[in-house]
Amino acid sequence: MSAPLPAEVLKQHLIDPEICIRCNTCEETCPVDAITHDGRNYVVDPAICNGCMACIPPCPTGSIDNWRLMPREEAYSLQDQFSWDELPLEKPSSTGGEAVAAPLQNSRDASARAAQAPAFTAPGSVLPPWSAAHPYVNLYAPKAPITATVVGNYRVTDAQMGSDVHHIVLDFGKLFFPVLEGQSLGILPPGADAQGRAHFARQYSIASPRDGERPGYNNLSLTVKRVTEDYDGKPLNGLCSNYLCDLSKGDTVQVIGPFGNSFLMPNHARANLVMICTGTGSAPMRAMTEHCRRRIAQDVNGKLMLFFGARTERELPYFGPLMKLPRDFIDINLALSREPDQPKRYVQDALRERATDVAALLADENTYIYVCGLKGMEEGVLLALREVVGAGWDALHAQLREQGRLHLETY
Amino acid sequence: MSGINYSEKIPNNVNLSGDRALQRALEHWQPNYLQWWQDMGPDGSHNFDVYLRTAVSVEPDGWAHFGHVKMPDYRWGIFLAPQDGQRKIHFGENMGREVWQDVPGEHRANLRRIIVTQGDTEPASIEQQRHLGLTAPSQYDLRNLFQINVEEGRHLWAMVYLLHRYFGRDGREEADALLERRSGDTDNPRILGAFNERTPDWLAFYMFTYFTDRDGKFQLCALAESGFDPLARTTKFMLTEEAHHMFVGESGVSRVIQRTCEVMNQLKTDDPATIRAAGVIDLPTIQRYLNFHYSVTIDLFGADQSSNAAIFYGAGLKGRFEEGKRTDDHQLKNDTYRVLQVQDAKLVEVEVPMLNALNEVLRDDFIRDSVAGVGRWNKVIEKAGIPVRLTVPHKAFNRQIGTLAGVRVSPQGEVLGDAQWKANVDRWLPTPEDRAFVASLMGRVAEPGKFANWIAPPVMGINRNPVQFEYVRFN
Repeated sequence: MSAPLPAEVLKQHLIDPEICIRCNTCEETCPVDAITHDGRNYVVDPAICNGCMACIPPCPTGSIDNWRLMPREEAYSLQDQFSWDELPLEKPSSTGGEAVAAPLQNSRDASARAAQAPAFTAPGSVLPPWSAAHPYVNLYAPKAPITATVVGNYRVTDAQMGSDVHHIVLDFGKLFFPVLEGQSLGILPPGADAQGRAHFARQYSIASPRDGERPGYNNLSLTVKRVTEDYDGKPLNGLCSNYLCDLSKGDTVQVIGPFGNSFLMPNHARANLVMICTGTGSAPMRAMTEHCRRRIAQDVNGKLMLFFGARTERELPYFGPLMKLPRDFIDINLALSREPDQPKRYVQDALRERATDVAALLADENTYIYVCGLKGMEEGVLLALREVVGAGWDALHAQLREQGRLHLETY
Repeated sequence: MSGINYSEKIPNNVNLSGDRALQRALEHWQPNYLQWWQDMGPDGSHNFDVYLRTAVSVEPDGWAHFGHVKMPDYRWGIFLAPQDGQRKIHFGENMGREVWQDVPGEHRANLRRIIVTQGDTEPASIEQQRHLGLTAPSQYDLRNLFQINVEEGRHLWAMVYLLHRYFGRDGREEADALLERRSGDTDNPRILGAFNERTPDWLAFYMFTYFTDRDGKFQLCALAESGFDPLARTTKFMLTEEAHHMFVGESGVSRVIQRTCEVMNQLKTDDPATIRAAGVIDLPTIQRYLNFHYSVTIDLFGADQSSNAAIFYGAGLKGRFEEGKRTDDHQLKNDTYRVLQVQDAKLVEVEVPMLNALNEVLRDDFIRDSVAGVGRWNKVIEKAGIPVRLTVPHKAFNRQIGTLAGVRVSPQGEVLGDAQWKANVDRWLPTPEDRAFVASLMGRVAEPGKFANWIAPPVMGINRNPVQFEYVRFN
């Protein structure tokens, strides 16, 4: 059992050049154009690949199915991959550095997999909860996207604050685009890059439940933060986020997807949800919470516990609607890191404060944990959970992973 | 035939259940196909449960469903790649026009000929390989052979679908004739020469799937550019399956080489007789097999100058490999291409109009692709520290089609007299003794996870199953 991963870890998708026969099937199949090739090798762009697995079944050789846990800043670049004659040896690192068994789309013979697959060391589950609804994935690819119409675009953070987050509602009219809470879609920004190639798709989590932002309508919502600086604080205008935040009602957008077949909510009665998020990571939590809210009358919900981190209250997306939810329906814990006159608090601090209740929930096999937000939170959350549970964490962690009960989506 | 539930029995995306005319045609053809499979399909295999991949839709998650299936019960589907409503003809004289959804009258005969020629190769290769199951070196390899066979069967269906759906009565007659010709039959042979040769042993099978299925890939790629949209979409989906066939060939030869190199290093010898005595295939024999399959396959591209090729291109019926990625005018009327001829007992290049040389253009694309794989085989030898390298022979070596037919040329490209050719041919092409030796190694290995002595196990199993998985249940 390996220790929790450091924050900046990437599960990098690689193609084994010794087994690959350069048949081009994967490049042809990839819905987000993450795979490319030169005269020598087929390679995967770590900046684009979203692990959707569409390329796995069509590969005739198995060479496509290689995954490595890598410190993000050490991820193999395209140039590295182009130069290989064979996959490099595992980099020793604090992650345990073993090859990662790929998440699988279809259920398989577990004993065969155990005999074949190396130990799985990614911290989250690759399987959905046993009772999850069956997701549709990859219905629309970049070569044949679906057109949606903007029917709403609202700012959901305080207008005085620097953080500009929009709630955008897209309508699909009479076109088929079925989604589940926790899934995401891709937006194709218009125009082309400096090389004249069409921009690749940007992925956004869906913020509305399966039956629509407006129940019974064929629409859904996204939570989009306008990007104005990069991770180092340097000014940067996010191409797709600015495009989306500036859309007007009636505009159309090109959409691909849906994506995601494991970060899904359980469907059985009395399942508990522990939701931990920061900023726009709240999108899937809003979707799940809203799905539960709409079925309060059916009396099937388990306990809902939310840990929501932001810099200040006014920067919390959906703060108003969230505060209106009944307290016996959802247990909300805010963690604010820059609220004036208050000590800094992060989601892991809130988790520790509520250790008794969290531990009680974790002891229940009907509890499912969802983590979504900035990459940096992952390690802190896992460490906090380790403290909350104590000595039994390693065994429980393994169980959570195997049973599709711990889902991490960080970026 | 009342027993067909179309969507269940024949997975398809051509609205088969709503197309009565097509149903009637298939009701007549399908029983004949199943009878042909019983008669000419893999020998003695009909009761085996084989771990096969079945396509149930053209989506990435739909066309790789794995499970143990009896081959006569395999669900041969009819699939076309998704339609792109914006597609225009992008080469030839009709460039810029909408692609055709029906057969244009003036191109009917040529399109039918193209489809029948392609369709004829599919059952032919099954017939050529029908006895190989009796000498499979492992269950893993046996399963791969059967997977190729059922997919070639599906490719026959794909072509028959086009004949039935778009060519009326003569299409139906052509579809029937596809089940009547027989590989190697003196009275009613298959259309193309290479498909009347025997595939007597597994080394020949791996070479065939590496080289000859690659010819299939290039022909399919050229047809996937076609202005006749149903043909383009059909061949595009066939290409995804063709990739597996080439994998079986490339990895098969690679594993034979790996095992040979292991034994050479164990015995510290490069003497073919000693290596053969140890029960593995020596590298010179592998080189001779390579020379034979390569030269026979490049003949499949047709004559180096062909007015038919020019007509097919000009009409927009058959493009070049990766036509859409090329940046010329896609008309080629003012372009030239260099082809080989023999003048004064020397090979010389002459410039000819490119439109007439399109078979040669495709052949050269094929050669580039083939050479890359041979380079990967050499890496196996290099890794073993053995100073030998395999090469592809000269393009003019052992040719039976086109200007170079019958010209005596060494693998290095020297033009020879008859006496020189006779004196050396046994060094360059497999002899009856070579074939007899390889045949002598072919004993059946049927236990899961066990492999014949002359071949190394694969690096990984099928669909992430272990190598020792039971890929075939013999019942």
